[in-house]
Amino acid sequence: MTVDNNQHLAEIGEMNGPKEKLIRMCRQNPLALISAVVILLMILLAILAPVIAPYGEAQQDLAERLQPPSAAHLFGTDELGRDVFTRILYGSRISLVIGIIPSAISLAVGILMGLSAGYFGSWVDYLIMRLADVMLSFPSLLLSMVIMFTLGRYANSVLCIFIALSMVGWASVARVVRSHTLSLKEEEYVEAAHSIGVSSPTILVRHILPNCVPSLIVLYTLNVPSCILSESTLSFLGIGVQPPMASWGLMINQSKQFLFTKPWLALAPSITIMIVVLAFNFLGDGLRDVLDPYLQRG
Amino acid sequence: MKQVISRLASMVIVLIGVIALIFIMLRIVPGDPVTILLGEHYSQETIDRLTQAMNLDKPMIEQFFYYITHAMRGDLGVSYTMKRPVTELILQAFPYTLRLALMGVAFAWTIGLISGIISAITQNKATDRLFMTFSLAGVSLPIFMSALLLQYLFAFRWKLLPLTSSGSLVSMILPAIALGWNSAGTIARISRSSLLDVMQADYIDTARAKGLSKRAVILRHALKNSMLPVITMMALQFSSMMSGAVITESIFSIPGIGRLATQAIQNRDMPLLQGTVLFTTVLVILGNLVADLLYSVLDPRIRKAV
Amino acid sequence: MNSEKILEIRDLHTSFFTDKGVVRAVNGVDLEIGPGQIVGLVGESGCGKSMTARSVMGLVRFPGKIESGSIRLNGKELTGLTEKELRSLCGDEVSMIFQEPMTSLNPVLRVGRQVQEAVLVHNQSISRKDARKQVIDMFERVGIPEPEQRYNCYPHELSGGLRQRVMIAMAMICRPRLLIADEPTTALDVTIETQILNLMQQLCRETQMSVLIITHNLGIVAEICDYVYVMYAGRIVEHAPVFELFDHPAHPYTRGLMASIPQIGRNPEYLHTIPGVVPNLLHLGEGCAFAGRCDCAVDRCSRELPEMVHVREDHASRCFIISDAEFS
Repeated sequence: MTVDNNQHLAEIGEMNGPKEKLIRMCRQNPLALISAVVILLMILLAILAPVIAPYGEAQQDLAERLQPPSAAHLFGTDELGRDVFTRILYGSRISLVIGIIPSAISLAVGILMGLSAGYFGSWVDYLIMRLADVMLSFPSLLLSMVIMFTLGRYANSVLCIFIALSMVGWASVARVVRSHTLSLKEEEYVEAAHSIGVSSPTILVRHILPNCVPSLIVLYTLNVPSCILSESTLSFLGIGVQPPMASWGLMINQSKQFLFTKPWLALAPSITIMIVVLAFNFLGDGLRDVLDPYLQRG
Repeated sequence: MKQVISRLASMVIVLIGVIALIFIMLRIVPGDPVTILLGEHYSQETIDRLTQAMNLDKPMIEQFFYYITHAMRGDLGVSYTMKRPVTELILQAFPYTLRLALMGVAFAWTIGLISGIISAITQNKATDRLFMTFSLAGVSLPIFMSALLLQYLFAFRWKLLPLTSSGSLVSMILPAIALGWNSAGTIARISRSSLLDVMQADYIDTARAKGLSKRAVILRHALKNSMLPVITMMALQFSSMMSGAVITESIFSIPGIGRLATQAIQNRDMPLLQGTVLFTTVLVILGNLVADLLYSVLDPRIRKAV
Repeated sequence: MNSEKILEIRDLHTSFFTDKGVVRAVNGVDLEIGPGQIVGLVGESGCGKSMTARSVMGLVRFPGKIESGSIRLNGKELTGLTEKELRSLCGDEVSMIFQEPMTSLNPVLRVGRQVQEAVLVHNQSISRKDARKQVIDMFERVGIPEPEQRYNCYPHELSGGLRQRVMIAMAMICRPRLLIADEPTTALDVTIETQILNLMQQLCRETQMSVLIITHNLGIVAEICDYVYVMYAGRIVEHAPVFELFDHPAHPYTRGLMASIPQIGRNPEYLHTIPGVVPNLLHLGEGCAFAGRCDCAVDRCSRELPEMVHVREDHASRCFIISDAEFS
């Protein structure tokens, strides 16, 4: 970093509160703003699916099988005569929930693990970080597949995906939190808090965690789309969400056999996935630019 | 030297952890493997004999020890459904996966680095925005979708390349692009931001102050430094590449390791699944080691440490 | 007169165009350096002294820009030169040493190669071998022990003082007419500091090179400078020969700076500090930027910008009340 430039920027009050940062992001990066709107809209659609959907979730009409898009069926119908638009609306419930909840679980677990590892050091650190190494060594898809394989018969497929994706996701969060904790531990104000007898949990929660928040927001925002992608990939391979439930990946899987003759069947869920994932990625990118310029891009 | 040992020790610990985790996860699976193997019309005696032969009656820790010692000798057990040694199946499938992965990596790195560097040099100009939008799209596109898209366009519509892969070089082009696309986006984004970061460094000012042209500054001073985080990312890419290979192989019907894993799940073939997951994970761990070594070659500060 | 000067800066304006507004880091600076002269540029951090130097070297980064003014090196105008033309001068006729020897050398290249590069880029006809020879000779001159071995070292293998010697070698290798040293010793230990300053002084005498040394440390100025410019909030507020400045500081800011130097034998309780902080360069008012912190400020000071007024022949100050200065 050039010392002088930054000095100047710092001196004119360039560093300021989170609200200003968000406003600045919206102004500099309209794409992030649009993405936020798109995400909110998708969540709204998912909540209101029963109200908006023109047909029932599993309502079949065998006479109307494999219809191309029309006024009656906005995105056409599938091989059982179900309305694709309706299926996408209902699918968004599963896909979004699978994006949002496992990310939150892995965030919570990752924070706990990362804080303990960074703060307590020694064997706690070693143990946790080797465990994280183990998790990160697995190709995530294969790990999810193994978990689905193991738990697939015990529990509902959506629950299995929750568990699989949470197990995959926590390790990278833990790494980030740990490295933040390590560097913050050396800061004078933490040592000062220590010296006046503030307890370790208080220091962790009051002093260290708040400093990780910007990175965590960014990590979370970028973890959601990767969970959505993982779900759709698992469902695409036939080991994720099980029919008759609707999820975007499952819809693509089912339309695979008609890919060359009736491409619209695959197109509608594909485009939906892309829009949602892009929106989250753009938003995460924008947030990172204003919140945490030093977090590595991925 | 001390670091080398601790690095290797960590690797071994991680490896044992990996095996243990797979082992435990697969042992809590419901459904008796013997029944899967035999079907349901065998006498209890046959079942007992086989259970004994497969060590399934022993305590889990003993089974684990047995598995590890045998795995070290390259014996990963026998596939339930294919009735052949898992090691043999894996070695037969590996060349396909290796070729796919190498081509995918080559694609990802060439495209990713070139577009990342061009973006960084033309920061905030039209080319930069174009490349970065494409990269983000690449990151946002799941591999199975890009694979289907490529299949549809290049194989079905324009009939330029074969739909499925026989393992020949030409038939691997589409799968390799599908596999590498995603990573290319990631690499482009990282190399761009890393290069921009490095361009802020003090030694860049020094280089310019001694009279180097912009091009020389980038080529001789910035590029090598900016590759360091990209190499770190490469290590993480190994693992996602292996994930990607599973999907790509399934879509393009490539008889590689990923396909083997998918089949193992579908047929509930535990030894095969265990073996393929273990094998790919070892590949990832070795890949990380290579990345570490490469990093230390590029960065003299840690050269002694590794 | 112009042609005698090595460096002549006239009414230089360098500003940063941020989304908050325009930051006038360098706001009409005039500065001259004669041949063989060691000139100090003194001020608090953020007052624009580094930006003045960076403007000369063409190292002002986005969103900063030289808005107007003239920079002449050996009578040759630098503003308006193309990047290529400017680069051919940098490192050859004018070179620069930076504050942080830790980060100013490329960590992944051998130090010898980094210095050799400076030779090669300005002398296309020289062979690599001869360039290497030159580098090793220069290493020896700047007091690097075992120059042959050090040539192949990486920066992290050298101490801070050695690294700064490498930086000096790099800056000196093409025998520039002017060396700009931006806080060259701030990051070093006091004992090393003296060595480096002595080295610079000695090299300057030997080669008749001029030096512009940027610092916030008046001790350094007293030690090696011939002439001093004092800078405050983007403007030069006073300039004088070094003894003249120390004996008769005219500007209240300069007097404040002098008074804040702790001195042995004086009661430390009375160590003077200048009240207030450096003003925000984004919101500079009409008048004298120092008015808010100045003991002697009158109404006029915050409304009107004082002109540079000569106190003596070679000594000028930007203050309305310099008449009192000599008696303080």
